[in-house]
Amino acid sequence: MTSLHQKSHLHKKRVRWAWIFLAPVVLVLALVAGWPLLKTMAYGFTDASLIDPESAQFVGLDNFAFLLQDPYWWSAVWNTVVFALSSVLLETVLGLIIALALNAQFRGRGGLRAAILIPWAIPTVVSAQMWNWMFNDVFGVINHLLLDVGLIQAPIAWTASPDTALLSIILVDVWKTTPFMALLLLAGLQMLPRECYESARVDGVHPLKVFFKVTLPLLKPALTVAIIFRLLDALRVFDLVYVMSGNNRSTMSMSVYARQQLIDFGGLGFGSAAATLIFAIIALFTVVYLMAARVGREN
Amino acid sequence: MRYFEEFTARLFKWACGLAFLGVCGALAAQPAQLAISCGALGIQLTLCQEGVAAWSRSTGTAVTVVATPNSSTERFALYQQILASHSPDIDVFQIDVVWPGTFAPHLVDLSRYIGPDITDQYFASMIHNNTIDGALVAMPWYTDAGVLYYRADLLQKYGESPPETWQQLTATARRIQQAERAAGNSRMQGFVFQAKGYEGLTCDALEWIDSFGGGTVVDSAGRVTIDNPQAVAALDLAASWIGDIAPQGVLNYDEEASRGVFQSGNAVFMRNWPYAWSLGNAADSPIKGKIGVSALPRGEVQGHHSGTLGGWQLAVSRYSKHPALAADLVRYLTSYEEQKRRAIAASYNPTIRALYQDEDVLEAVPFFGTLYRSFEHAVARPSRVTGSQYARVSAEFYYAVHDILSGKLQAAPALNALHQKLVRLSRGEQW
Repeated sequence: MTSLHQKSHLHKKRVRWAWIFLAPVVLVLALVAGWPLLKTMAYGFTDASLIDPESAQFVGLDNFAFLLQDPYWWSAVWNTVVFALSSVLLETVLGLIIALALNAQFRGRGGLRAAILIPWAIPTVVSAQMWNWMFNDVFGVINHLLLDVGLIQAPIAWTASPDTALLSIILVDVWKTTPFMALLLLAGLQMLPRECYESARVDGVHPLKVFFKVTLPLLKPALTVAIIFRLLDALRVFDLVYVMSGNNRSTMSMSVYARQQLIDFGGLGFGSAAATLIFAIIALFTVVYLMAARVGREN
Repeated sequence: MRYFEEFTARLFKWACGLAFLGVCGALAAQPAQLAISCGALGIQLTLCQEGVAAWSRSTGTAVTVVATPNSSTERFALYQQILASHSPDIDVFQIDVVWPGTFAPHLVDLSRYIGPDITDQYFASMIHNNTIDGALVAMPWYTDAGVLYYRADLLQKYGESPPETWQQLTATARRIQQAERAAGNSRMQGFVFQAKGYEGLTCDALEWIDSFGGGTVVDSAGRVTIDNPQAVAALDLAASWIGDIAPQGVLNYDEEASRGVFQSGNAVFMRNWPYAWSLGNAADSPIKGKIGVSALPRGEVQGHHSGTLGGWQLAVSRYSKHPALAADLVRYLTSYEEQKRRAIAASYNPTIRALYQDEDVLEAVPFFGTLYRSFEHAVARPSRVTGSQYARVSAEFYYAVHDILSGKLQAAPALNALHQKLVRLSRGEQW
C-alpha cells in the first residue's frame, strides 16, 4: 500500500515538474499565439472600427451572418480553394518528378540541387512583381515569346482578363514553390531503404512498377507531411495575389478579403470575423485531410 | 521548490524596478521635443529632414523625423492604429488628401494657429477639402492632379493637336494607333490609364464622369448622385476604349504599369500624375523630349476640364503634448519659402497659387505653368462628406467601374445598382 502510495506520489511530483518545465513554453505560446487568436475571435462578435476600437459594441453573430450572405466572400473562398488545390497538385507532381531526377547519381548533382532552390529563395513580393511585368500584355516577355513561336495570334492580357488572371497566379506559385516541394520529397526519398530496390533489381521488376509499388507507398509519410504543409500555406495565400492583382474580386483570396475589410475599410470587427472564419476553414481542411490520410494508411 | 519561488519573486522585483525606471525616464525627458512622420525614402525624406532642421534651428526645438512605410495603404493602417491608441508619440502626420474625413476626430483644428490671411493664399479646393465640420484639420503641403501626357512627335507627324474633348482623344488615338501599327509598330496603343481595381481607378473614373458634368459620385451635401445620364455616357465611352484604343491589360494597370507602356514608346496618350514627367524626360528614357502635357480632355456637351485632386497634407495629432509648437512646424513647412525650395529642388507641386507665377520656380520647372490649370479645375474625391466610410465608397465605385470596363456589366444598370448600394451604405445619405 505504502509503495503504491509512494509511487503515485512520485508520479504526481514528476507531472508537477514536467508542468513547471513546460510552463515557459506554454506561457509564450499563449501570449504570442493564443491571446491574439482569442482577441481576434472576440472582436469578430463586435462592430469595432480600426480608428476607434474602444467604442465597440457587442453585435452577436451579425458579422458572421453578413459574411455568409456576402457573395464576394464566397467568391474569395472559391478562388482560394481553386488556387490551393490546383497549385498543390501541380507542385506535388512536378516536385516528385524533380526529386526523383535529383535522387539519381550524376555529376554536378550538388550544384543542381542548390540551383533549383533559387525561385524559392526570392522573396514572394519580388518574384510576383517580376512575373507581373513578364505577363504584361504590351511589353511582357511571355506574350513576346508566344507570338514569336506562333502559339498565339494576339497578345493575351494575362493578369487582367478574368479567364487567365487566376491561372497566372497559380502558375507563378507553382514556379516558386515546386523547388520547396522537391526538396522535402528528396529528403524523403533518401530515407528509403536500399534493400527493396536491390531485390527489385534482382527480380528484374519494371522501373515504373518499382515506382508505384515500392517508392510511392514508402514515400507516403513524407508526401503527407509535404502536402499538408503546402495546403495550409496555400489556403492563407496573400502576398502573391495582392501584388499581382490587388483587390480584384475575380482573383481575391480569403486573406485579401479579410485584409481589405480590416485595414482598407477599418472594419476591425467584421475583418476579425472573416479572419476567424479563415482559421476555421483551414482547420477543417487539415482535419479532413489528416483523417483521409489515416484511413488510407489503415487500409 | 523553494528555489523556484525565490527565483520568481526576485524576477518580479527586477521587472518592477525596470518598469519604475522606465516611468522615471519618461518623466525626466523635460525639454519640448516633437516627432514628425513625413516620407519614407529618397528625396522626399531628405527634403523633409532639411526643412525640419531649418525650423529646429530657428526655434531651438528638437524634432525627430520618423520614417514611415512607403505604401500609402500601409501608412493609412499604421496611422489609424497610432491615433486609435491616443498615442502622443507622433505630433505631426503627413496625410493623403482623402484621409482628413477619416482622421478628423483625432486631429487639432489648425485655424486656431494659422489664420485666414495665410490660408487664403492656398488653392481654395484644398483648404475646403481639409476643413471638416468647420475645423481646418490639415494644411496642404504639396499637390497632385491627373494630367494628360501625349507624344508630341507622333501628334506632329500626323498633323493632330492635343485633344480638347474625350471624343477627340478617342478619334486621334485610334487614327495614330492604326497608322503606326500598319507601319510595322505592332505594339502601339492609343491610350493607357489606370483601370486596375484600386484607388487609382476611382481617380481616373471620377475625372471622366466629372468632365462630362456627371458629378462626383456623392455630392458635398452627402447625396448620392452617381446614377445620371452624363455618368453613363462617360463610362460608356471609357468602356468602348478597352480592346480598341486601350489594351485589355489596362484592366490590371496601375500608375507604373501604364508608365511602363508609355515610356517604352508604345502609347500615344497616357493619363497619369505629374511625377511621370521627370521620369519620362530622364536621360535613359526612349521618349525623352518627345512628351507633351496638358489638362485632361472634357466631355463634348456640358463638359469641363477636370483632374482628380491628389497630394499630401500636414496635420497635428490631438494627442500631441505640444500642439502649438507642432502647428508652428506645420505652418513653417507649408510656407511660401519652404514650398518654393521643394518645388525647385524636386518639382513638388506647390499648394500656394502665387508660386505658379514665381519666376525662379518656372525657370526650374517650366511645365508648372501648364499644371496650374489642372489644379484650378481639380475635383476632390468625395472623402470629406463620406468620412470614415470613404474607403468603402471608393471600393464600391471602382468595382462597379471595373465591371463596366471589362464588359461584365452595362453602364446604366451598373450605376443604378451602385446608387442603391451607396444609399444603403450611407444609411439614407446621412453618412
